[in-house]
Amino acid sequence: MNKLKIKIAIFTAAGLLLAGCGGEINKGKKSNGALSANVAEKVYIAPGEQDDYYAFLSGGYSGNLTVYGLPSGRMFKEIPVFSQFPTSGYGYSEETQPMLNTSFGFIPWDDLHHPDISQTKGELDGRWIFVNGNNTPRIARVSLSTFETEEIIEIPNSAGNHSSSFITENTEYVVAGTRFAVPVPQRDIPISDYKGNFKGALTFISVEPEHGHLDIKFQLIMPGFNYDLSRPGRNKSHGWFFFSTYNTEEANTLLEVNASQNDKDFIAAVNWKKIEEYVNNGGGEMVTASYAHNVYDESTHTATSTLKKEVLTVDPTMVPGAIYLLPTPKSPHGCDVDPSGQYIIGSGKLSADITVHSFDKMIAAIEAEKFAGEAYGIPILAFEDVMEGTVKSGGLGPLHTEFDNNGNAYTTFFISSEVVKWKLGTWEVVDRQPTFYSVGHLMIPGGNSRKPYGKYLVAMNKITKDRYLPTGPEMEHSAQIYDISGEKMELLYDFPTHGEPHYAAGCSADLLRDNSKKIYRLDANKHPYAVTNPADARVERDGNVVHIYMATIRSHFTPDNIEGVKVGDKVYFHVTNHEQDFDVPHGISMIGAQTSELLIMPGQTKSFLWEPKRVGVWPFYCTDFCSALHQEMQGYVRVSPASSDIELSWTVGGDLGE
Amino acid sequence: MKRFTIPVLLVSLVLFACESDYQKATKERVAQKKAEVEEESKVPASERITLDNKGVGPIKNIELSAQIDEEMVKRGMELFKTNCSACHKVDKRFIGPSPKGIMKRRSPEWIMNMILDPQLMVEQDRCAKDLLVEFNGAAMANQNMTEEQARDILEYFRTLE
Repeated sequence: MNKLKIKIAIFTAAGLLLAGCGGEINKGKKSNGALSANVAEKVYIAPGEQDDYYAFLSGGYSGNLTVYGLPSGRMFKEIPVFSQFPTSGYGYSEETQPMLNTSFGFIPWDDLHHPDISQTKGELDGRWIFVNGNNTPRIARVSLSTFETEEIIEIPNSAGNHSSSFITENTEYVVAGTRFAVPVPQRDIPISDYKGNFKGALTFISVEPEHGHLDIKFQLIMPGFNYDLSRPGRNKSHGWFFFSTYNTEEANTLLEVNASQNDKDFIAAVNWKKIEEYVNNGGGEMVTASYAHNVYDESTHTATSTLKKEVLTVDPTMVPGAIYLLPTPKSPHGCDVDPSGQYIIGSGKLSADITVHSFDKMIAAIEAEKFAGEAYGIPILAFEDVMEGTVKSGGLGPLHTEFDNNGNAYTTFFISSEVVKWKLGTWEVVDRQPTFYSVGHLMIPGGNSRKPYGKYLVAMNKITKDRYLPTGPEMEHSAQIYDISGEKMELLYDFPTHGEPHYAAGCSADLLRDNSKKIYRLDANKHPYAVTNPADARVERDGNVVHIYMATIRSHFTPDNIEGVKVGDKVYFHVTNHEQDFDVPHGISMIGAQTSELLIMPGQTKSFLWEPKRVGVWPFYCTDFCSALHQEMQGYVRVSPASSDIELSWTVGGDLGE
Repeated sequence: MKRFTIPVLLVSLVLFACESDYQKATKERVAQKKAEVEEESKVPASERITLDNKGVGPIKNIELSAQIDEEMVKRGMELFKTNCSACHKVDKRFIGPSPKGIMKRRSPEWIMNMILDPQLMVEQDRCAKDLLVEFNGAAMANQNMTEEQARDILEYFRTLE
């Protein structure tokens, strides 16, 4: 027993030593910025549990929008918007190819930057999310019930559609501003004639309240500056829209130097209600233009593309009192409006400071007609008259600002890789946290509305470097989640994103969860090639065009044996998924088809084209593991020579059960 | 050390004795169950008459009117075509059994429960489980029918003598 006692004593001592070591290790880790156990708990969503927030991160050059959960940072879905997406067949299927049509023809890609969720009375309402395509200027509307792209409208007279796609506080308009000034209308002139000849179009697209359908209401043809970012007024400033500008020098070469000459550029304040009234009373000039408007219909599961031929333009000098220029230092990038609508924040990206303008001061200066000058007939207000405060941050390269619900603002600093928290009204810096690395946008759910949810902040970085296991020269960008519910920001988690996220939008999970669609009703399917009764499944020939009207359910295709197809035929598979149960898609792919597979949701119809080039018997199969008998879900098409006189025939089951 | 060993051995002996009794009872139950299963499975599930079995699911009791409701039959037939006919053919056995004569084999409650929650039925109902095995493991799809729709389909089945 004495021996035992000694042993116990030794073990206890060792335990204490170990605990001591553990403590030291933890302390060391903490000072290196890693997580203690209680921080880990804050992002831990147990298996089967769900996140509190949705986050929609732009995919940048992926052309798509990604859906994440917060605080876990788990990615739930990639929503194809401007890019072909073989995973679902978007942009490949016959139904969705028209979504990517433009006045330049079919464009399979774009650069998606700024998601914004629809609002009512300045609060997120969760009906739609709007996104912009930069390169071939487009605005898209994505349903937050189906999480599918429902509409894309091209923006004429625009180039580098960057100060987009931000909405007014009742979703009256989605706004798209040009980054690059261009000749309006486009014409063959020397590039050196830029100054005075190139224009910047700011486009106000009306959103029809019931279905969200988009229509260009008017284009404001502004001076040829670069319009960088924009935000709506809200509350008291509702009816105004604010756009940051750079290159007010109107340089057409080496902008890196030439667009940084002026000490101040402008934030353009646009009273869109005034212009709306002018247009409603017959103002503006209808001009020739060419732009595509693509609409996806949920009942036919099909998109149609219409080429529009004219657009209403407005000369800003024709609507006095509607547009003013607010001088703002050092090529402002972000242009953010606080939840009260009082402060307009310009982040001069070449500056260390953040400039805050006051809406009230702006109105007072306008009413007193205190102008410091004009640019192309547009009044310039005096900087001192509109500026309310300056945030002396000590950081470098401020870019974007979001807000919480406690009167705080959070600004990203690209060059000094940090998020700085400061107080609205006193402009004092209260906290700063490093980001990893070179942060661009940040997002607080509801941060661009009257009512932010001040719980989490997501910082989206441009550079990843050592944050994850290396994957060759190219890596996904990193993002960090911070808890902002306390006085100090707390780094919680680090997660990779997809493509290049620019801006993001987020909202409470409760806003969307119950409206998320589970199936498409088969009895509401109005697709012209749908088969809602498997007895109608058939194959029809019209010259060398063959239409296969096919039905699927676990786990067979109807029909699954088809003969009488010939080399040189154009064979369309129109496949209707007869499942009516949540999360039971079927897929289909055909050997040699020069397109993607299709992934067909319950109750949906999708089509793809196959042009058989070789004689033989060729199989098709279900690409989605749909059931225990998924591997049996397959069929054959017999392809005969072009000269063959074999009649079309189709069967399923043959003499099964007879 | 010896002081410890004796009680431990005693406890072990007691445990062994208990286990023997338990094992015996279990063995009997298993044997009994096996006999039942062998008896039942001589008849294929599709041919068994289980009219007393209401199945598992939302439908506890259904009273059928003497007269067949033609409006319900019409709706039920349309629903059947769209939602069921890919796997169930009236004139033959296909992916699943034919609904012809089903009212003579199954209770109305069992039929509606099978339409409304096939997964629960396969998990908990003996006949549904055996049908799954008999039909090659092709699980019946939940077509998200409402109780009214399932009732219409049932009325249509009444016409399939």
